[in-house]
Amino acid sequence: MRYAMAVDTKKCVGCSDCVVACQTENDVPIGYCRDWVVEVVDGTYPRLEIELRSERCNHCGNAPCVRCCPTGASHIAEGGIVLVEPNKCIGCGACIASCPYDARYPHPKGYVDKCTFCIHRVREGMKPACVAVCPTKCMYFGDLDDPNSDVSVILKKRKHKTLIPEAGTRPELYFLI
Amino acid sequence: MNEELIISGRENLMVDPHLHIWHWPIPLYLFLGGLAAGILFFAALFYLMGRENEYRTAVRRIPFIAPIALIVGLAALFFDLRHKAFFWQLYTAIRLESPMSWGAWTLLVITTASVIWCALHIREFFPEWDWKYRWLIDLETFFNKYKKVLAWVILIYAVITGIYTGILLSAFNARPLWNTSVLGPLFLASGLSAGAASIVLGSKDKKERLTFTKIDLIILGVELFLIIHMFMGFLASTRVQIEAAELFLGGGYTMVFWIFVVFLGIILPAALDLMELRGYHIPAVIPGVLVLFGSLMFRFVFVFAGQISRWLY
Repeated sequence: MRYAMAVDTKKCVGCSDCVVACQTENDVPIGYCRDWVVEVVDGTYPRLEIELRSERCNHCGNAPCVRCCPTGASHIAEGGIVLVEPNKCIGCGACIASCPYDARYPHPKGYVDKCTFCIHRVREGMKPACVAVCPTKCMYFGDLDDPNSDVSVILKKRKHKTLIPEAGTRPELYFLI
Repeated sequence: MNEELIISGRENLMVDPHLHIWHWPIPLYLFLGGLAAGILFFAALFYLMGRENEYRTAVRRIPFIAPIALIVGLAALFFDLRHKAFFWQLYTAIRLESPMSWGAWTLLVITTASVIWCALHIREFFPEWDWKYRWLIDLETFFNKYKKVLAWVILIYAVITGIYTGILLSAFNARPLWNTSVLGPLFLASGLSAGAASIVLGSKDKKERLTFTKIDLIILGVELFLIIHMFMGFLASTRVQIEAAELFLGGGYTMVFWIFVVFLGIILPAALDLMELRGYHIPAVIPGVLVLFGSLMFRFVFVFAGQISRWLY
């Protein structure tokens, strides 16, 4: 099992619904977020190109945050989901410094927090909150080992990229381009 | 144009607008750890070379700084943790992949070993010292018997501690400025020069001061070489590392790095050491304090600038 997510940069309108859904679903403290929307503008007016990306933890196959965690609080759960166990986390910040995507933050309670791919929902057979709420249905989630999952099907059909694969992290968050 | 913006307004504390998760306690600890490593390295080395009586300050007196530096450093590290009540989790796992994990264990060994080393030399400061309890006296006899083994443990762990302070940072591929293997030897050299400088500062013996002035001069030369080597590596590397190097080559950290770290912390004390060796009388306190200051500044500059350097996508 290998969970992954794909975001269609052509369909995303940058409404930030995914961000609010995540904050509500996961009780993210005020002023923090586990996912965010990036807008890239390229070119010269009037020939401008916009790419919109809903970004979050890449649940890397070679996760530097898991590697550098001194206590094992950062770990890989089922399907390759990268999680933090709050009762093992000492709040040293090593994983935050090790993430090239800056996807982690120190929770006001002391431990480090991040996107969980809504593992509590996935275990119940539901989609992550951000995917479920997207008004343009631009996000796909599923098991890459299952050829019929939403994400496998769309990745077969569409051209896609990952973010800074040259960092060697083997990210599992795909962007359809 | 090419403009990249987070339009959903991400403002995660200590992560945005750029990473600043590690504040002053981390560079302070890296300095104190390196200093203790340098001091203990020379103490163990000169003891094992059988030169204890010639280099009395280095072997018997200056090492008292080490446990104090280490304990203050550990306190600073603890202060920097955000989930303090769970700090003991560090000692429930040994994770060789994580420099912080094996570093924590290394610190446990070297702090204990340095305390024992000082206990064996306590009569240097308190000639009338009496351990009072039988078991403490037995313990002292035991460690005196195996002092050579203890010195070897200290020597090896001092090197590991010195290198570890650099590897802690160099293991982060996400921060291009830190992600260079030169950082381990460079931090070790910086720690050793701080150790040698504190011996020069603390010693009243002319021969001892002269020897450590020479040692300090050599290490400062090595440090300067490693810094040049590091920048050559950065500039020959990928765009992110070129940009990281540019923080020091015209960017925001240029002045503070080249003036405080390289000139005041390395070149000037090296020149003063050289003048001292040529027969000019230079008050030992000047190069000594400069080296310690440079070593401290080096950690601050590197920890802070490293957090600004990043991958752009």
